[in-house]
Amino acid sequence: MTTRLFVPRDAAARAVGADKVAAALATEARRRGLDLQIVRTGSRGLFWLEPMIEVETPAGRIAFGPVTPGDAAGLLAGGLPIDPAHRLCLGRPEEIPFLARQTRITFARCGIVDPLSLADYRAHGGYRGLARALSLGPSATLDEVSRSGLRGRGGAGFPTGIKWKTVADTAADRKYIVCNADEGDSGAYADRMILEGDPFALIEGMTIAGFAVGATKGYVYIRSEYPDAVRTMNEALAIARAEGCLGADAAGSGIAFDIEVRVGAGAYVCGEETSLLESLEGKRGQVRAKPPLPAHKGLFGLPTVINNLLSLATVPAILADGAARYAALGTGRSRGTMPIQLAGNVRRGGLFEAAFGLTLGEIVDDIGGGTASGRPVRAVQVGGPLGAYFPRALFDTPFDYEAFAALDGLIGHGGVVVFDDSVDMALQARFALEFCAIESCGKCTPCRIGSIRGTETMDKIIAGERVEANLALITDLCQTLKFGSLCALGGFTPYPVMSAIRHFPEDFTRPRLSAAAD
Amino acid sequence: MPISAAWDESEATTIIGRHERREGALLPILHDLQAAFGCVPPAAVRLVADALNLSRAEVHGVVTFYHDFREQPAGRHVLKLCRAEACQSMGGEPLARQALDRLGLEWGGTTPDGRLTIEAVYCLGLCACAPSALLDGEPIGRLTPKALDEIAAGAGQ
Repeated sequence: MTTRLFVPRDAAARAVGADKVAAALATEARRRGLDLQIVRTGSRGLFWLEPMIEVETPAGRIAFGPVTPGDAAGLLAGGLPIDPAHRLCLGRPEEIPFLARQTRITFARCGIVDPLSLADYRAHGGYRGLARALSLGPSATLDEVSRSGLRGRGGAGFPTGIKWKTVADTAADRKYIVCNADEGDSGAYADRMILEGDPFALIEGMTIAGFAVGATKGYVYIRSEYPDAVRTMNEALAIARAEGCLGADAAGSGIAFDIEVRVGAGAYVCGEETSLLESLEGKRGQVRAKPPLPAHKGLFGLPTVINNLLSLATVPAILADGAARYAALGTGRSRGTMPIQLAGNVRRGGLFEAAFGLTLGEIVDDIGGGTASGRPVRAVQVGGPLGAYFPRALFDTPFDYEAFAALDGLIGHGGVVVFDDSVDMALQARFALEFCAIESCGKCTPCRIGSIRGTETMDKIIAGERVEANLALITDLCQTLKFGSLCALGGFTPYPVMSAIRHFPEDFTRPRLSAAAD
Repeated sequence: MPISAAWDESEATTIIGRHERREGALLPILHDLQAAFGCVPPAAVRLVADALNLSRAEVHGVVTFYHDFREQPAGRHVLKLCRAEACQSMGGEPLARQALDRLGLEWGGTTPDGRLTIEAVYCLGLCACAPSALLDGEPIGRLTPKALDEIAAGAGQ
C-alpha cells in the first residue's frame, strides 16, 4: 500500500531546506523499494520545526522535525510508516502545544492539504461557504458577513460587511473585487502562507464577494518579493478555471467570475489600498485622497471591494459555519480570530491563529517561548514597520484593534517581531524614519521630506548632538507627519519612532561608540 | 536570473502586443520586458508609450517609481538580502555588511566581473526564519556568516 508523506512547499520551509529533504526522502525510498508518495503541502506554520514532515499512519499523521537531508536514511531505515521512536518524532501534529492551543479558522487547511488539489480542498470543507451563500442569496450573504463582525485584517480594521454593502448598493455596469496581497510588513507572512498553502480559500472567498456585491472580475495583487506565492496562485487559478470554479458559470453559481494575478514591483506603499489601485491601473503607486471611497470609485473609477487577503480567505469559513460561530470568538469589537505571526528573535516563531484577546505577554513569552538568542526580551514591534515598539511593562495589553490603538500602536496585519536586550532603540527609531523616506510615494510633503529630515535629526541625536532640542524637533515632526499625511505610511511612522522614545528613553541619551551610528 | 538579451525591437513589440488589450497593462509589460532584457531599456519606453497611448514621461515616471525596475541590467545573479526589522532582530545588518565588505560592494552594487549583484529588500515573508535572502528568486533562511559567504562566493561559479 502506498504511504503518503507530506513535505511543505511553503517558501519558508524551502528556505530552510524542504526541497532537499523531499528529494533525499524520495531517493532513499527508491533505494529501499518503499512505496512512498510525497505530497507537497503548505506549512503548518511551526517554523522553528521546519522542515517538518508528516507521515500518514492508520492512527493519523505523525510529524517529524526539523529534518535535514541527512536524516532521510535514518527515518526510513525501519520502513513505513516511520518509527515513532525516532529522535525527531514530534507525535501527532495537532497535539503539539503550539498547534493544540490555536483556533484555526482561516488556516484550517493550511499545511494539511495539497494546495493545488481541488479534490483535497473540497474534502476539507472547501466550497461549502459558496454553496451556502448561493442558497442565501446576495443580500443575506452581506448580512452574514456583517453579523460575523469581520474587520479588515490588513490592519485598518474597517468592517468588511459595510464595505461590501456599500459596493453592492452602488450601481455600475462593472465592479471589481481586489485582494490586497501586498504583504510588505516585516514580521508578517500569513498572506504568503495562504497563497502557497491554501489558494482555493482565497478564490472561494473572492467568488463569494463577487456574488454578494455583483462583481465579475477579481484581481489579486501580490508583491514581487513572493515569487513562490505568485507561481502557486497562478497555478491554482488555472486549475480553478479548468474545473469550472471560475469563468462564465463560476462553481455552478450561475454568475460569471474570474480572477487574475497582478505582481507588484517592490513598492511598500502599494499595500495602501488607493496606491494599490493606482498600481493596478498601471500608474505610479501614489496615494489617492479619500473620498471618493474605493467602494464608490475604486479601480478604473468603478465600485471596488478592496480587502486584505486574510479577510477574503476567512469569508468561506464564516459562510460555511455561520456568522454566529465566528462572532462568538474574540473580545470587544474585535470578533473572530487573528492569525498572529511570531517573528524575528523568538524561540518558537510561527503562525498562531487565535481569538482576539490574548495578552502580548502570553503571545511572546508563553507561545513564542521568549527569544531565540536566550537573552531577555526587551522590545516587541507589533504590526509591521509602522507599528509601535512595546516594552515588557505593556505586556498585559490584550491583542485587539482598540487596545493597541489606545496605546498609540496598532495590531496591523498581526506581525509580532521580538527583539532581545542587544537592540538599540535609537537605531530602530532611525530605521523607521529611513524606511519611510525610502518608501514614501512622494504625494504628501511631511512624508516625502519630513522622513529625510527626521532621519538626519535622529543621526544627530545618536551622535549626542543637542539631544534634548533634537528630540523636541522629532516630536514636533511626528505630529506633522501624523496629521499631514494622507495614508498610514506617513501617518503611522510616528508610532515606532515615538514609542521607542517614550518607552526606551535611555537609548537616546546614552553616549555610544560612533560606529554604532552607522 | 537570465543573462540579459541584447535589445531587440521586434521582440519588445511582441511582448507589448501580448498585453496591450489588458486593463492596466503597464506593469505586466514592464515586468516582461525586464524578464527578457534584464532591464527596461530606454529604447523600450517610447514603444510602450506609443502602444498604450501614454506620454514617454508617464512611462518613465512609472519605471522610476518602482524599486524593481532597472534601467541597466543587474549581474548574472542577484542576491536580495532582507534589511527589515525581523531580520535586524537576528543580526541581519552586520551579516549583510560583512558580505558587502568582503566583495567590496555597496547596496545595489555588482561585482566587477558582472557575476553578482547584492540588493536590499524589505521583507521576504520569511520572518520566522531570519535572517533571510532571495538568490535568483530562491528563498534562503536562517542565514549564518558562513552560509552567506558560501552563497556569495558560490553563485555562478
